[in-house]
Amino acid sequence: MDKIREIVLPGDEIDLMGNKPGNGIYIDNGKAYVEYLGIKTIKSGYVNIIPLSGRYQPQKGDKVIGKVVDIMPSNWAVDINAPYLAPLHVNDTPWKVDFGDTGKYLNVGDTIIAKIMSVNEVKQVWLTMKEPGLRKLEGGHIITVSPTKVPRIIGKDGSMIKMLKEMTDSRIYVGQNGVIWIDGSIDAILKVVGAIRIIEKEAHIIGLTDRVKDYLSKNKKGD
Amino acid sequence: MGGMATDIKLIDENGKRIDGRSFDELRPIKIEAGILERADGSAYIEWGNNKIIAAVYGPREVYPKHMQDPSKAILRARYNMAAFSVDERKKPGPDRRSIELSLVISNALSSVVLLEQFPRTAIDVFIEVLQADAGTRIAGLTAASVALADAGIPMKDLIVGCAAGKVDDIVVLDLNKEEDNYGQADLPVAIIPRTKELVLFQMDGDMTFEEIERGLKMAIDASMKVYELQKEALKRKYINLAQEDEQQ
Repeated sequence: MDKIREIVLPGDEIDLMGNKPGNGIYIDNGKAYVEYLGIKTIKSGYVNIIPLSGRYQPQKGDKVIGKVVDIMPSNWAVDINAPYLAPLHVNDTPWKVDFGDTGKYLNVGDTIIAKIMSVNEVKQVWLTMKEPGLRKLEGGHIITVSPTKVPRIIGKDGSMIKMLKEMTDSRIYVGQNGVIWIDGSIDAILKVVGAIRIIEKEAHIIGLTDRVKDYLSKNKKGD
Repeated sequence: MGGMATDIKLIDENGKRIDGRSFDELRPIKIEAGILERADGSAYIEWGNNKIIAAVYGPREVYPKHMQDPSKAILRARYNMAAFSVDERKKPGPDRRSIELSLVISNALSSVVLLEQFPRTAIDVFIEVLQADAGTRIAGLTAASVALADAGIPMKDLIVGCAAGKVDDIVVLDLNKEEDNYGQADLPVAIIPRTKELVLFQMDGDMTFEEIERGLKMAIDASMKVYELQKEALKRKYINLAQEDEQQ
């Protein structure tokens, strides 16, 4: 990739070069300015700013891990690490739930994998579990990372996550909201958490995959 | 303050001030972005002998719930001075002065943050003065705007400021503690650097209209220098992240 990537800050004027303004750009007096700190990219006729920091912003279609924090007669309120709680309605679950029986299926403190069904213009979010793979998570361990690091943890075509799973013999699920679920033996969980912390901290230093591999194999021998 | 009669000479015959600066010189400034692990965004500033930390949390749910606005986010800034930040121990907790400063800082920041993008949420800004040496409201505001950018919050521009004042009948830039205490006036100014719009403008003491105009111009020019330091601090933190993205 030989495209020049430059860091832009709020208020920086940017040259659209004939492209349309995309995410993170506002227009004032016919000129384009940056809204938040990020990297400028040009893709299919749009100039976008990719954020380098910040809270998780729910996007339609994202698969996220959330924690049930409240039960109502026909829906649950789920904390998905976003600025808002996201409701999950009984009609959007794989179960047949009678009115008022929501507590039988998911209780406060349960963790689920869900998909974001819709986000409207006032940022109200609706979740769904009606899809294969979306389920309640039993057992395991939860850690949270910045949502901007999620692509690094997954790696190119899932290479990093695949390596973590294979070398530690654990089950891992990474939510787009930066919540990660890990299941396996205690040693495996500790190893994966250690590896993820390395990824978080050293993602920008070349040779990340090798270093993570080193870390994992060193710990495999039991030292 | 306010023309207190004293025989202390704050400016000598050569026009030098007690810390050796000339009338239009800033104190040394150091800004660092992203110093706190747990906050969504943070910044640390050393402005002369001022030492201030700013932390940003949010956008997040509003508590108490009745304060939430269905059309936009609310921005709540809290200016607080540590008990050990001044010579004589400051009684902890909000007082009249810090409540007022919290309000003017909230209003200044609200004018640049794109609050309509996060309806029903709150963005909390905490400004903790660890060591005070005059001009803390502007230094705090400058740090807070770096912390907001570090937190990835959408805003029209950064905010930057500087104070001017009047000492020994001369209009000077960026007062220090002695000049603030024994000088004649203090004039804190904060602007949006792109448009040069004023977002904070206060005066304590007496100045003539011409003196205010002169002080205002000096403060705006100095603010633009501080703005460069703000940008540099943010870029320094994120340059590594940009390289990382290039690898992918």
